[in-house]
Amino acid sequence: MSKIEPASPVCYATEDELFACSAPREFDVAHYRKDFPILAQQIHGHPLVYLDSAASAQKPRQVIEAMTRFMENDYANIHRGVHELSLRATDAYEAARETVRRFLNAGRMEEITFTRNATEAINLVAASWGRKNLKTGDEILITALEHHANIVPWQMLREEIGITLRVVPVTPEGDVRIEDVKAALSPKTKLVATAHISNALGTILPIKEIIALAHETGALALIDGAQAVSHMQTDVRDLDADFYVFSGHKLYGPAGIGVLYGKFDVLKEMPPYQTGGDMIASVTFGKTTFKEPPHRFEAGTPAITEAVGLAAAIDYVSTIGLNRIARHEAELLAYATDKLRHINSLKIIGTAAQKAGVISFTMEGAHPHDIGTVLDRHGIAIRAGHHCAQPLMEHLGLTATARASFGLYNTKDEIDILAAALEKTREIFA
Amino acid sequence: MSQSALDSDLRDLYQDLILDHGKHPRNFRVLPQANREALGHNPLCGDRLTLYLTVGADGIIKDAAFQGSGCAISVASASMMTEMLKGRTIEEAQKLFAYLHASCTGLEADAAVIAEDDRGRLQALAGVRHYPMRVKCATLAWHTLQAALKNEQKVSTE
Repeated sequence: MSKIEPASPVCYATEDELFACSAPREFDVAHYRKDFPILAQQIHGHPLVYLDSAASAQKPRQVIEAMTRFMENDYANIHRGVHELSLRATDAYEAARETVRRFLNAGRMEEITFTRNATEAINLVAASWGRKNLKTGDEILITALEHHANIVPWQMLREEIGITLRVVPVTPEGDVRIEDVKAALSPKTKLVATAHISNALGTILPIKEIIALAHETGALALIDGAQAVSHMQTDVRDLDADFYVFSGHKLYGPAGIGVLYGKFDVLKEMPPYQTGGDMIASVTFGKTTFKEPPHRFEAGTPAITEAVGLAAAIDYVSTIGLNRIARHEAELLAYATDKLRHINSLKIIGTAAQKAGVISFTMEGAHPHDIGTVLDRHGIAIRAGHHCAQPLMEHLGLTATARASFGLYNTKDEIDILAAALEKTREIFA
Repeated sequence: MSQSALDSDLRDLYQDLILDHGKHPRNFRVLPQANREALGHNPLCGDRLTLYLTVGADGIIKDAAFQGSGCAISVASASMMTEMLKGRTIEEAQKLFAYLHASCTGLEADAAVIAEDDRGRLQALAGVRHYPMRVKCATLAWHTLQAALKNEQKVSTE
């Protein structure tokens, strides 16, 4: 498919452009909540208060209906048939790729590879780029607050190739300091792999500076954007990221679809990750020639309907405006931080200067799992545990935290309900 | 659900006995002379405890203690278990485990096999049966007991 730059029907409002946008100035959360059918229910006799969007976000009707419509009208396998449905499905799938390109402001749609999720995207880079380019003694730099998905694939390379995995420490507040990144970089560093936003603490990392430092050293930079893309506008060209990965399901889209952005010049030198159908140019029993990226990395029938759902999710958040969503969530975070700070024996874990809508906390005398159970009986969904970031928990001297995370549909009333239920929790375990 | 119904629902899980043992665990120490020891770990929630037993040649558990960290339910369960084990034969310990396991998982527990006092304490732990995600918290210590009695070093209840 050729590169197309269609006139966008969607309003990508930036701060300055806001008044040019047809979307209402006021963030009408009650209006947006109606888009999410799942929110209108009772849990244990209480209205559902969903504060677990960092684990997975709920889905608006627009996504559910786009997927249903596609399956009812246009579904077939892609890149194969000569028949009408295959053509329509291929167009929809490739249009979804274009939607992702525009969303990330990538230069060309060949830089967008669909994966199952962010985890698979990182594994793809490790298996393909890593095995081809790394040798014994090379270093990969990560931070202490990474999700297991951005630790374990590199450890596998360490076992296999004998690379060194270096870890930038995190301050007790949950910040990653630029000077610590500088100190950990060396001429041996070949890749800096870091989260954009910490899933456990909400810290927003200074990735633009980190990427620039990586490039000065001659290393590439991979950014795990799983927590970021739903909370802020992401521009991979402005960041100058070499790889950027995210999952659809945290962006109000379906699970089973994720994205690997990679600079084309890097991707085209990378060998296939998995092999099979749809990723080959020609196969004889003597030799197989692989397609160009991104198809080289998409072996087998992909998650076609989910790609359509992801595009619908991107259209949905883009229509509202990511800057407006970010502002709404920042207000919620400030409100919740203030509320929770006034609860005796509660301690907020992670107080970085730059934070997204995530509050991790502990409570004296109450284990996070007990907090989670009590809140659940109040209809409140939070996450309790190590958040797939055990090294970070150990670093902070904790085994687990409770975590409330916000999405575009959350309200200050819900935070009041959370605070009241936490007071109740405190009474039980005091 | 009204506030009082909510309270009674939660109190079914967090009974005074559980809260007390969760907050002030008994036998919370290392047993240097232990001849059986096992580590129990639930990787899903990070609960981790080491169980120490001193079992006599006559098959009677002379002493039991534990250390570790976990939620109120898992700590209370370990604490209450170590209290109950002292002076019991291995066979009696197995009966306690069978009774708890049955009542936590909603099976018909054979009430005849254990004493009424034991039954009361195990029933307090069995409050988890209405909280499927928490059953493993209540049974972690008891699975660790199985491992210790079999001389296995480590048990996981993921």
